[in-house]
Amino acid sequence: MSATLFGLLGAALVGIGLFGMLVGTQPLMRIVCFNLLGSGVFLVFGAVARRGGGAGFAADPVPQAVILTGLVVAFAATTLAVALVLRLAGNEDEDRH
Amino acid sequence: MPPLAATGSGLLPMLAVVLPVLAMVVALPLGARGAERMTIALLLPGFLLALGTAIAVQSSGAPAIHLLGHWSPPLGLAFRADGLAAAMLLAAAIVIAAVALFARGGFGVRSGAPETRTAFAFWPLLLALWGGINLAVVANDLFTLYVALELLTFAAMPLVCLEGKRETIEAALRYLMFALLGSVLYLLGVALIYGSAGTLDITLLSGRLGLEAPVIVAAALMTAGLLAKTALLPLHLWLPSAHAGAPAAASAVLSALVVKGSFVILVRLWFGVLAATPSLPAMQILAGLGAAAILLGSAAALAQPRLKLLVAYSTVAQIGYLFLMFPLVAGMPDSETAAKAWTGGSVQAISHAFAKAAMFLAVGLMAARVGHDRIADLAGTARHMPVPLLTFGLAGLTLMGVPPSGGFAAKWLLLSAAIEAGQWWWALVVLGGGLLTGGYVYRVLSVSLTSSGALAPPAPQPPGTPDAIALGLAVLSVALGFVPLASFGLVQVGRMGLAP
Repeated sequence: MSATLFGLLGAALVGIGLFGMLVGTQPLMRIVCFNLLGSGVFLVFGAVARRGGGAGFAADPVPQAVILTGLVVAFAATTLAVALVLRLAGNEDEDRH
Repeated sequence: MPPLAATGSGLLPMLAVVLPVLAMVVALPLGARGAERMTIALLLPGFLLALGTAIAVQSSGAPAIHLLGHWSPPLGLAFRADGLAAAMLLAAAIVIAAVALFARGGFGVRSGAPETRTAFAFWPLLLALWGGINLAVVANDLFTLYVALELLTFAAMPLVCLEGKRETIEAALRYLMFALLGSVLYLLGVALIYGSAGTLDITLLSGRLGLEAPVIVAAALMTAGLLAKTALLPLHLWLPSAHAGAPAAASAVLSALVVKGSFVILVRLWFGVLAATPSLPAMQILAGLGAAAILLGSAAALAQPRLKLLVAYSTVAQIGYLFLMFPLVAGMPDSETAAKAWTGGSVQAISHAFAKAAMFLAVGLMAARVGHDRIADLAGTARHMPVPLLTFGLAGLTLMGVPPSGGFAAKWLLLSAAIEAGQWWWALVVLGGGLLTGGYVYRVLSVSLTSSGALAPPAPQPPGTPDAIALGLAVLSVALGFVPLASFGLVQVGRMGLAP
């Protein structure tokens, strides 16, 4: 039951994030939406893990390992994107002076 | 399919992945000069590993398989180098070696000179990119492929904005946004597939997935994500500015290799994971997008005022050819026609890698010496820089598909497979694309071969090593056409999706 709820919440997050990434024009907004979208995917993965639990386990460990790796990758991607946005903003300041 | 068993030669592709990644980590504290030496030292071992893999796969007629930590799937992860992977490993090793030797001119650190930031960034990124592409072609597990995709993106994106100019940073940001959207969609598809099959190993998944709702959604999500990374029209918008803005050596690897990584994963998805799922309508859509990319990309290349943008749009068009193989292979599986189309697609990927790397390097040399890359003002370049122009022309022959080049072999195979499969409309696209390609190559050559009127002649320079390297790649792309087609049997080894 709770797995279904989390799966649906994950789907909702994916929807919000995807919408923001596709229609957004501001880089920072799109980066935040990318993170929402990523969180939604991880939540779906978590629901999958819960449903796949068997043989005495509360949950299937493979999706959990995938989520951990995915979190690290998403974090690295976010820092890279923010670094680019900062560089662009810095250039703008230089242009003005 | 039964689970994989490790083969003795499986160590070779595993080392081909591990060595560049390890070298990248070691290179970081060594500084620019150390990283450069490290890269140069790794070129030969990397090439030999790829060659060894190809020989082992060819002679045994079976894929080289390595089980990481001796755990067999579904518990562990497997590396599986089939013929396509071996051929791509070899192409990657050659292109990386050529680009690394070429880049010593621009990013090399002279003894005594201070190290530059761009050189310090370039060499580890090149190593990371090499490791990423090798991983993308040999991994046999959907999640490892996701990691390979991200490794490729994170190595390729900084290469785009290496020079730090505002427009290149904007191009890099646009590229990153497309790539991130692509990989997160791919990951969502992976979650759905894991939910319905309980494993991510491609060999185990093969033939297990039917036409169920989660599988269809997953296939659509993963395909869309991979298309964004491969830059197939209409998701190509990031490519021209990113590839044209990067330094020549970086553009060469980006256009030659990075987009091929996600293409190989797409091939694994449709002919491996979804082998038993009826998919011909989806394949026709993919090839339709490919055909649109060929025609519109070539037409856009014809209209470009700048040389680097022309070459970048030509990449958009040439990627389209890769997708023509999908309906031809799926239309009549297990037939001679499918084998032809498969070989055609693989040869197109490899000959385009050589030709486009050569073209970007040649264009970079021309732009550096003339000081601009406006096509209209290139008059007289034939006299001052005959070798880069010859390189451009030879690479153009391959892209057009003029016999006896590698591109001709690829396009001929696709064309005859299209006619044999009764899907003649793709043959028309191949022919039309060749004509348009001829048009934009001719545009550059015709201006360059006229004598310079207004152009202030730059000091005539003797052709140096970089010229020779670019020319070598172009010659290689043409020479692929002389290889007897039977020996392309390598790419057939371990082809997935065949009836057992």
